[in-house]
Amino acid sequence: MRYTLASMDTSAAEGARFQFASDQSLLVYFGHRITLQAHERVRKLLRLLELQPLAGIRNLHPAYCSLLVKFDALRMGHDELEAILRKYLERLEEVTLPSPRHLEIPVCYGGEFGPDLGDVAAMHGLTPKQVMELHASVEYLVYFLGFVPGYAYLGELPEALVTPRLAAPRRRVPAGSVGIAGTQTGVYPFATPGGWRLLGRTPLAMFRPDGDSLSFLSIGDRVRFVPISPAEFAVRERK
Amino acid sequence: MKVIQVQAPGLLTAVQDLGREGFGPMGVSPSGAADPIALRIGNRLVGNAEGAAALEMTLLGGTFAFPEGAVLALSGSDFGAMLDEKPVELWTSFEARAGQTLRLGPTRSGARSYMCVQGGIAAKDFLGSASTHLLSGLGGHEGRALRKGDVVKIGEASGSYRKRTLAVKALERLSARKTLRVTPGPQGEWFPEASRRLFYSCAFRVAEETNRMGIRLQGEAIPMSPGDARQRETGRNACPTVGAGEMISEGVPLGAVQVPEGGLPIILFVEQQTTGGYAKIANVISADLSSLGQLRPRDEVRFERVDWETARSLLIEQERLLASEELIVK
Repeated sequence: MRYTLASMDTSAAEGARFQFASDQSLLVYFGHRITLQAHERVRKLLRLLELQPLAGIRNLHPAYCSLLVKFDALRMGHDELEAILRKYLERLEEVTLPSPRHLEIPVCYGGEFGPDLGDVAAMHGLTPKQVMELHASVEYLVYFLGFVPGYAYLGELPEALVTPRLAAPRRRVPAGSVGIAGTQTGVYPFATPGGWRLLGRTPLAMFRPDGDSLSFLSIGDRVRFVPISPAEFAVRERK
Repeated sequence: MKVIQVQAPGLLTAVQDLGREGFGPMGVSPSGAADPIALRIGNRLVGNAEGAAALEMTLLGGTFAFPEGAVLALSGSDFGAMLDEKPVELWTSFEARAGQTLRLGPTRSGARSYMCVQGGIAAKDFLGSASTHLLSGLGGHEGRALRKGDVVKIGEASGSYRKRTLAVKALERLSARKTLRVTPGPQGEWFPEASRRLFYSCAFRVAEETNRMGIRLQGEAIPMSPGDARQRETGRNACPTVGAGEMISEGVPLGAVQVPEGGLPIILFVEQQTTGGYAKIANVISADLSSLGQLRPRDEVRFERVDWETARSLLIEQERLLASEELIVK
């Protein structure tokens, strides 16, 4: 397959690689590993593009170590966009990221809310209670929001809980379900199909179309899960 | 304010405009018309701005009454529309007098038909667009497909009725394609040569479980052996593969052809997920995205590879045609 020079070029100084994704989008990769350094670069480029928007850019899709930039193909081409983005990249060090917010998500673990809690425990030789304690023991980073509105990709799971996703995804995962997959964990904001293993459910609304910020979680937030009882879940759900 | 009374909604009828771009960082995909060309032309036929909100019908149309009348145009596929007892011409504006009823049936051509109304559909904006995002229940008419008994408001319009028709030549050039032109996907090179050959030579069938999120295809599975992917991990195009076809999630463009485990391709569509973890072998070019909106279950599609320059010039040519004076005959 023949790519143009631009799509395979690597700049050691910036550590960014550009890849044509479609005829109206360009991917910027910051390495190919999920690292804090890559995450910060994604956030800084995203922030710079949000603070100083570029005419012709139509949308941005951040992820673990990449940013997909959708552009107006009638206004510019890949090469032109890449040249401009390289200038932005040179200024990444100037960008200061706001200090992270620390948030809590109440979760009722197990039972009908967490149908995979028992299986996950059995797979790791743990009790369901230990799985719950482990899952709630660490503070997670919101790497990005993606998939569906308000879906936050959280990492890293404690080593002892790293579990492959379900072989056959569920056709419908209820809204608020808290799942794990690989080294990630997350909350389903809407009822969608899904392949993550479900440990519990939160009564919080993750996506808030009437609110100022739309989503309960934002990229870069730090999050803890706090176990609650079914009774507490019922009370909070009514609010 | 004029209204449309929904007497029968059809299979899936929802308010759509050209969607909401710019909310990718929140995980919100643009949504919008599945066949934006049909929407744009339909709006021009009734004298609207081309991005005005209209009703998008899928496979089976509904029955609608206009108690105060309306100026309308139907675009996209032929759903056998009748205004009271009289057949309605597609791609041509017409007037429904007060009390008349428009009945549409099952499609006779592609998947979607648009009912554009002078003044546009007046729906509450969500993030700058009236389009319905069905999965999250946002936008459009109460965030959902229309139901029997719904009353949909029509926006204020200043113009009077004037007959406008789409030029025959333009219609021919803009008709929906079954051979989709694609550019290589960002992981195109991860697929063995034999898989790529298979992908570009086979016909695929559109699966029943196709929707606005994704168009699922059936046919030959396109293999991507994990062994092959791992070999590449040391190479320049380092491949962060964790399983067959799976990788570190990244942003995914509209029209991306992703190949999940099992090898049956899925084309990401207007209500797409914003990020995904499957390798993408190709991407439908912008000029052919509207054709995706007319694909019906069991339709046969093929993929044809074009280079980046061709993709760009096809889009420019299409936009030139859509902007031309000769597009609409008065």
